Amino acid sequence: MKTLVFLEHHEGAVQKGALGVLAKAASVGDAHGVVIGSGVRDVVAAAGTTVWVADDARLEAPLPQPRVDVIAKLVRDEGYDTVLFAQSVLAADVAAGLAVRLGAGLNWGLVDFDGTKGSAPQLQDTVVVDVGWTSPVRIGVFRAGSLDATALSGSTELRDATVELEEFSTLAEMVEQAHAEQQGPSIEDADVIVAGGRGLGEPANFALCEELAKALGGAVAATRAVVDAGWYPYAAQVGQTGKTVAPKLYVAVGISGAIQHKVGMQGSGVIVAINKDANAPIFEFADLGVVGDLHAIVPKLTELVRARRGS
Amino acid sequence: MKIAVCVKAVPDAAGGRRIDPATKRLDRSGELTLSEFDAYAVEEALMLGEGGEVVVVSMGPERALDALRKALAMGADRAVLVAGDELAGSDLLGTAAALAGVLERESPDLVLFGQQSADGGGACLWAAVAEHLQRPAISQVSELTVSGDSLTGKRQTEFGYDTIRAPLPAVVAVSDAINTPRYPSLKGIMGAKKKPQETATADAIAPGTEVLALNPPPSRGESVKLEDDGSAAEKIVEFLAEKRLV
Repeated sequence: MKTLVFLEHHEGAVQKGALGVLAKAASVGDAHGVVIGSGVRDVVAAAGTTVWVADDARLEAPLPQPRVDVIAKLVRDEGYDTVLFAQSVLAADVAAGLAVRLGAGLNWGLVDFDGTKGSAPQLQDTVVVDVGWTSPVRIGVFRAGSLDATALSGSTELRDATVELEEFSTLAEMVEQAHAEQQGPSIEDADVIVAGGRGLGEPANFALCEELAKALGGAVAATRAVVDAGWYPYAAQVGQTGKTVAPKLYVAVGISGAIQHKVGMQGSGVIVAINKDANAPIFEFADLGVVGDLHAIVPKLTELVRARRGS
Repeated sequence: MKIAVCVKAVPDAAGGRRIDPATKRLDRSGELTLSEFDAYAVEEALMLGEGGEVVVVSMGPERALDALRKALAMGADRAVLVAGDELAGSDLLGTAAALAGVLERESPDLVLFGQQSADGGGACLWAAVAEHLQRPAISQVSELTVSGDSLTGKRQTEFGYDTIRAPLPAVVAVSDAINTPRYPSLKGIMGAKKKPQETATADAIAPGTEVLALNPPPSRGESVKLEDDGSAAEKIVEFLAEKRLV
């Protein structure tokens, strides 16, 4: 098996999820990486394996179609039989375009891979499907947050990838990128997350989540509904169109637990939910569900945690 | 402007979605309904395409036409369904090829998708279709404007907002933040049955993936649910202490 892993990068660093996929791939066979962008050589300087570098000004914007061109050429020229991705908006689009280009089967939502078959929870995690491939080239997309990013200990060898772009791949152009600013600890790296939803009632009540997160030494996350409503920054959004997180503890405050949110946090170690609606779907997958008034419970909880941790 | 909207008829969530252990495929024997995210794409097409034509394109069993009728009731002009028993086991490769075949014949200026299917897809079919059509694709678009022979889409990613421009024809997947889909009017519902509804065929493409086994999910352990009687905060701390989380 010869695997190529798409190393998605942002602001000079490879995404943790992609490093997790690289580590998984390396544990079951030969695994190389590919980094695609402009001025990206330093991003993978310590990858611990062979990494193809496609460095070209035309690749600066994180658009999927030129990336399909680069990876398809590498697969054909270098004989990779497996291409793996960590889920993201960009990675999913690259993987699907690549699947058609190479006539390769695409399995998504993977949480594990043993070199032959993958494991993918489906239908809101009610069933775990063992999936395989029947095509010569296999493509897999891993669910974000599903793998630990262990560093590879091999020597890093950077090789230049030839960049030849299809005409149609360069038709879409990035006009503007507005990056959301991040406040406080990053939710991807935090062991504890306190997340707030519409049940908070108003934006100012996010202070309740912030205080509890501070007491627990964690970060604050938000649902799409409150981010769309402008209550909290996009960088904190967990769910289908936000981030997928898997902290040791996830405290959901005033969150109903709609599927769009659930897919972003169901990999968490322990889930505690506080919601006044006893029928909220979040109670179906919370380890501890409390039906009650968050405005009464959360401040008291924060006090008790502070007292216990001396924080 | 001619707009094609790719939609999917999915098993009604109310009936519970399940995988048939015999075929290892999603059980589609129950009632089918238009995937809820598709309504946003249909709405966007109706707003953008005023005065033009809106064609709904889908692949599925013949019964799926009933579900597509919701899009016609909203205001789409006609529906094309790629159907056939040999297509039943299609994965991404077969589905993308079948839809692309219809789209090549229809030759629309714009192809729209919803942000995902409601029955658990990979949220990437548009990219596969765009590869077939060799046209630009933009996903997760929450604001879409068409001007002349190009479009501009604003979208959310993990890192913020991108604004992307592409010439027509193009493929765009819209997010559910883009609009509020209209409810079909009684007149629309009555008129939907009379609108052209065509079935088409496509060559089956061998899937590149297979389902090997179905397993129960790992247990999350015991779930506890309690009503706050004034001591909820204490009980949460006890629970966290037991798990060594505080």
